[in-house]
Amino acid sequence: MSDNPFAVIGQIIDFFEYQSIISLIYLVILMIFVGVELISHVPSVLHTPLMSGANAIHGVVLIGAIIVMGYIEPADYLSLALGTLAVFVGTLNVIGGFVVTDRMLEMFKKKPKGGAQ
Amino acid sequence: MIPSYAYQDIAYLIGSVSFVVGLKMMGQPDSARKGNLVAAFGMAVAVFAALFLNAQGFHIINNFPYIVAAIFLATVIGTMMAKKVQMTAMPEMVSLFNGMGGLSAALIAVIEFHHKTAEASGMSADGMITEFSMPVGVYLAIVSGLIIGTISFAGSVIAWGKLNGKIGDYRMPQQQIINAVVLAAIIALAVAHYGAINSGDFSMSYFYGIIGLAVVYGLIFVFPIGGADMPVVISLLNSFTGVAAATGGFLYHNKVMLMGGVLVGSAGTILTVVMCKAMNRSLLNVLIGMAGGGSGGSSSNSSGGSVREVQATDVAIMMKYASKVIIVPGYGLAVAQAQHVCHELENLLEEEGVDVKYAIHPVAGRMPGHMNVLLAESNVAYDKLVEMEHINSEFATTDVVLVVGANDVVNPAAKTDPDSPIYGMPILEVDQAKQIVVLKRSMKAGYAGVDNDLFYNPKCGMLFGDAKASITKLVNEVKAL
Repeated sequence: MSDNPFAVIGQIIDFFEYQSIISLIYLVILMIFVGVELISHVPSVLHTPLMSGANAIHGVVLIGAIIVMGYIEPADYLSLALGTLAVFVGTLNVIGGFVVTDRMLEMFKKKPKGGAQ
Repeated sequence: MIPSYAYQDIAYLIGSVSFVVGLKMMGQPDSARKGNLVAAFGMAVAVFAALFLNAQGFHIINNFPYIVAAIFLATVIGTMMAKKVQMTAMPEMVSLFNGMGGLSAALIAVIEFHHKTAEASGMSADGMITEFSMPVGVYLAIVSGLIIGTISFAGSVIAWGKLNGKIGDYRMPQQQIINAVVLAAIIALAVAHYGAINSGDFSMSYFYGIIGLAVVYGLIFVFPIGGADMPVVISLLNSFTGVAAATGGFLYHNKVMLMGGVLVGSAGTILTVVMCKAMNRSLLNVLIGMAGGGSGGSSSNSSGGSVREVQATDVAIMMKYASKVIIVPGYGLAVAQAQHVCHELENLLEEEGVDVKYAIHPVAGRMPGHMNVLLAESNVAYDKLVEMEHINSEFATTDVVLVVGANDVVNPAAKTDPDSPIYGMPILEVDQAKQIVVLKRSMKAGYAGVDNDLFYNPKCGMLFGDAKASITKLVNEVKAL
């Protein structure tokens, strides 16, 4: 193909990069359908807890904050500060979201006279 | 044996599947709570994987102490905030946490951009590269995470303030045009920025410009929207943050971020549309801020009659000797924290052999399902809460309807008056019942800012006062009879 072996490697990497992006796009489209399907048949009584639960799930942005922290140089204090803040608020989103949702759902008990009060 | 390089992928896979299964379980009342725990478990696995695993196997991430300290602190503070908040204040809490997610996404974009350009400018200074080009996909992922995250953060904070009552509605003339101009300016700036980067100009001024305009957009996006429409906006901002998280998934080829983000993005959008439908408004209509108090304000008080005030004693007698009572809760019940005493009244009447049910309008309160959550808090049985479609046929056979702090959701103008701003909204048809009692603090109009003909109906009596105080009176009167 090419007399430069590095160019070939570059092409192979491009190819995998491309495959990876394509599979991500498949994922996006399928997840859109899954999301629509999951919500369409939900009684309106559960809308608030569901919104809150979804709110907790997008806290997955925390993973991104952790990843970006992983390659900040220890001397780059500005980035470290911003990254730590990103982890902090991301965790707030996750923890707060799940705990609030749990508190809401705790109240949907089958038996009206369940003891926890 | 599982090769060690697959550990992280497997953990992320478990996380992704847990999100889908969890959200699915949250869609049914019986399994909802477990579903939340399943999703939380998935999140814990994914976070563990990000901290302790990489493509080679076990590996503790760099800057570990900072990360763990931040996680620990946020866990303590987040748990405290979420545990202490009043049930009535849940909507603003959700909004605030949503904003935190948006901020996190925006910060990631800032750091990522700083990192990419610092690397490139370092290399060009060393003469290692002569020209730099950032792939358009990478730039798009970073900048859209930045824009959407920032809008979501700014908007959520405003929504939080509005629900708190700290911030009022504020509308500019030509609002839509201004919004469109700001949005166009953001996009134009991003295009110019990308051009500048690829010609070796790494100055951050474009970048700060984009952040500033995104903040402005978030503010003016939420400012004009009326308080009654806040749930729709929060749900929409919720899906924005989902999309912002998904851009991170593209940037890092991280499937758990991508799946979680897109899932919330699409589920949140559908939820928004469903909420709009429940109010019979189009999403566009809500966003432009055409909510109540606007043009059709001078609504007809056609009957011209006067309202009839009733005493707690009379209402107590009416209810005690009724065979069927339906309670219609609204925001007034939430504000007055009257859900517990309301349940007490229900028990008391049930002991007297009265059939008591609750009629739940999909948008009663400030969020869909708000009333259910509140009443469930005071242990009202789940099957006593009847949704609008099912209860409307029952009003004709009902002796007494007790409207507790609800207004627009029982306004007959929605059916009869085409000029009314709420015309077309499905309502609870309480005027079919034999007697109606409305518990209300004053004759002030509801959120939509329109007068309610129901109050002038001869069948309708008004019991003025705080919902909790009024119901407590009713409880005492029923006991005394």
